[in-house]
Amino acid sequence: MNGSSIYHALDATKCIGCTHCMKSCPTEAIRVVNGLAVIDHDRCVYCGQCHRACPTHAFYVVQDDLAMIRSFKYRVILFPSIMIGQFPEKYSEDQIYDGLKKVGFTHVYEVEQPMQVLIDSINEVLANKETPKPAISIYCPAIVRLIQGRYPSLTENLILRKAPHNLAAHFAIEQLMLEGARREEIGLFYATPCIAKIAAVKSPVGESESIVDGIVNMNQLYNEVMKVISEGQAEDHSVQRQNLSAEGITWSLTRGESCHFGSRGIAIDGIHNAVRFLERLENDQVKGIDFIEMRACDQSCAGGILLTGNRFMTVERLERRAKRYPAAKDISPETIRAKTKELKLKLILDSIVPKPHFAFGKDRVKAMEKMSKAQRIVCFLPGIDCGACGAPNCQALAEDMVNNKAKMSDCTFLQQMWVDEGRINAKKAFLNTQKKWGTDRFKADCNKRGRRNEGF
Amino acid sequence: MQPETKKKMKLTFNIKGGDFTHAGHPSSEVKKVLKQLGIDSKTIKNIVIALYEAEVNVVAHAWKGTVSVEIDENKITILVSDEGPGIPDIDLAMQAGYSTASKKVREMGFGAGMGLPNIKKNTDELLIESEVNKGTKVKMVNYF
Repeated sequence: MNGSSIYHALDATKCIGCTHCMKSCPTEAIRVVNGLAVIDHDRCVYCGQCHRACPTHAFYVVQDDLAMIRSFKYRVILFPSIMIGQFPEKYSEDQIYDGLKKVGFTHVYEVEQPMQVLIDSINEVLANKETPKPAISIYCPAIVRLIQGRYPSLTENLILRKAPHNLAAHFAIEQLMLEGARREEIGLFYATPCIAKIAAVKSPVGESESIVDGIVNMNQLYNEVMKVISEGQAEDHSVQRQNLSAEGITWSLTRGESCHFGSRGIAIDGIHNAVRFLERLENDQVKGIDFIEMRACDQSCAGGILLTGNRFMTVERLERRAKRYPAAKDISPETIRAKTKELKLKLILDSIVPKPHFAFGKDRVKAMEKMSKAQRIVCFLPGIDCGACGAPNCQALAEDMVNNKAKMSDCTFLQQMWVDEGRINAKKAFLNTQKKWGTDRFKADCNKRGRRNEGF
Repeated sequence: MQPETKKKMKLTFNIKGGDFTHAGHPSSEVKKVLKQLGIDSKTIKNIVIALYEAEVNVVAHAWKGTVSVEIDENKITILVSDEGPGIPDIDLAMQAGYSTASKKVREMGFGAGMGLPNIKKNTDELLIESEVNKGTKVKMVNYF
């Protein structure tokens, strides 16, 4: 699956050019230009912070058309267990499975199965003395991209084993082919909880191409299922869950991985927590830890931006659900045992390369000149990181200036000073600010969007 | 941080003895600059590890110190100088596992006696001068 590699964008009719998204971005990938937020897609790691921060829901996520599933004879929906967790308690697993079939899928697979294959595979990596420690899970694709871009020296610590959706995809193909299906008749669709997973499925890192044929956004799928779900007796679909384990169900939650691996494993959720920790890790200030689970969202995937249910309730439902399921090591049907070796081979990722995106260009002498210049500019900026220039902080504005992406007059403080010194007139200064933020910013409006605590 | 001429970048930081909470600030700042210069990530790692160890040495043993960093086209020179007890026997201090750190410092997870050996391992050139009861100067050079 190729084509565009942009998976989220801004609706210009909804964006009001406030600074919330710009301020929350962990890679400083957003600027406000002419009253609208603009994403630098080279820097974006698809963590979804901007979606969460936006008071007008101006960000949208691309998605494939659900109708496309009809072109396959076998239509498989692969979804992480958290999908189940977000439904109201009154709906049973079978009612939800029924709903997914009514939406148009012929086969329903939760992706975290058969989990023991992946657990064993990761343990093999950890047991290898040559694996740099602490080894970092690649489970969260936003974290992988963050490390490639901002912490390139840590890419060698990433565990080169694929995520559960690949595991289940291979497993589903195996099983359907046993039933007599031909590979080209099988369409695999992944229900995604976030943009990062869309990017991971559509332009994977460390894989030449993705195994999945299309993606369905989990919020859309949730709404589709809610339209058709029945309150009555549902068919028994437990055969589709016979390889689902307690470990699988909790895998996508915080500590879902770290509790299985390493003699000292830790779990970190929330992209800004991850940034702070990676900073320490890169300085070699973290000693003795051998496994790190790291997820961009608070409460891990339960906090994914495409989920409908409350994340804390989702976690609670899944934790209770997991208690009813067997341990991964106790599930080993013949079909898996025979295929384990093959499945394991398919889970190995190619190398993941660093993609540093913070350098000032390739020429070091020029980069030094630019940096020195940026440092001199910073001396004149107010240092309060107000964002009124359209950059997230004073340092970022200075860097934008030396890269010819911003002007001195973008800083309202500098401009004020110039007016005071008589270097520009007040009218010109006002027009500059108006150009940056639009005329509407200056109109009285009691319902003005974007003010603090909006959405409370 | 004080920037200077075009061909060279200079940065200076102060370190307070005993302040473990803020140890690591200079190394993080230097790291940021080196990343923006597009320096190879392995080289950055070496530099940052060495600088952090040197910082912790000042925090753990000395009263106060400064870090002066000079970056030019092909190398970084870091001078960490402190006012403190000094090192009576530098050769002994260079041995892995040798430590004079107090019990309090060790309880905080520092002072394992790996500081100077670790600096040596991660730098291309290392020069240590010390005067007992006056202070220590550690000069580290790494080539890009």
